[in-house]
Amino acid sequence: MSDGGLTPPVSERDHIAGPDDAPVTLVEYGDYECPYCGMAHPVVKRAQSELGSQLRFVFRHFPLGEAHPHAQIAAQAAEAAGAQGKFWEMHDMIFEHQDALEVEDLLGYAASLGLDAEKIGRDLEAGTYVKRVRDDFRSGVKSGVNGTPTFFVNGARYDGSWANEKAFIGALRDAAQQGVET
Amino acid sequence: MTGSEFDRLAPQILPAGAPAPDFALHATPDQVLRLSELRGRPVILVFYPADWSPVCGDQVALYNEILPEFREYGAEILGISVDGVWCHAAFARDRKLHFSLLADFEPKGAVARMYGAYRAEDGTSERALFVLDGEGIIRWSYCSPIAVNPGADGILKALESIAGKSAPVTAESFQNDAAEART
Repeated sequence: MSDGGLTPPVSERDHIAGPDDAPVTLVEYGDYECPYCGMAHPVVKRAQSELGSQLRFVFRHFPLGEAHPHAQIAAQAAEAAGAQGKFWEMHDMIFEHQDALEVEDLLGYAASLGLDAEKIGRDLEAGTYVKRVRDDFRSGVKSGVNGTPTFFVNGARYDGSWANEKAFIGALRDAAQQGVET
Repeated sequence: MTGSEFDRLAPQILPAGAPAPDFALHATPDQVLRLSELRGRPVILVFYPADWSPVCGDQVALYNEILPEFREYGAEILGISVDGVWCHAAFARDRKLHFSLLADFEPKGAVARMYGAYRAEDGTSERALFVLDGEGIIRWSYCSPIAVNPGADGILKALESIAGKSAPVTAESFQNDAAEART
């Protein structure tokens, strides 16, 4: 059941890849340990490279912590990396290593990206980004997220298939042509 | 299509404003839960077709994650399907569920029938949601297409409107979110 759509809309608090004036905004609510999100990751990458400046991509956290015990800490690690200016690099790294998401793994990825891993370790210990991740989660619930990944295209929940890459990218292209603004 | 076929395809679940029929069902092999025992706080009734449906996008797993949000409203959430108590116990343990699953098992689907949420052709309940207020009145109900996980936004909006006597809770909170987004 979802009558509204993306709540709140994309804003400066979000992690945004792509130009603000892109005709299509794709928002993903995802869980770093969810295998389906892992499968969707390269599909999103392909969409980004095919649509180029036509696409603005936003990622919000929706960790299903009971099902995926590492999802929450991985989301916080991505946020901590984001505070050091490398959210997307960490985001990719985590999705590419979904089977190794212990704290020491995450800190290793951070170090390999040239980040201050010690600082990230302290952030994780202090729970600095717990609220941020929870806020994303709550916004997902309000927006009608019903599993992971859930996508929103220009603010409306996308209930079509993403596993079919061609259809997914086609839907994004259609949205670009419609030029619907959020 | 004849009228009776149409009725079968479009289930008539109990609407908002109706009193929620009382029932007593097993929550565990040796524990029976009676709905009226929960008077005084909101109750979310989640009818779902069956335990062991596919993972990740699963409705009960989602609600399990959202429990802290539900509990902020003092709400109790109950899952109900026609599965038996031992099936529920195994499912709840496997999915680490922190709320009760009730067995609408004998007579089969009797409670789902009272709420208009039984699928006779499948022998399961519908994917139907009911939010009751503290007096046991249904304040919101929704029947989702059987293959579509309805999410939780409708439940939260219903809980918000029960909690906030100020009428436009939903509109207000949406405006606040929008305002936040603009800043």
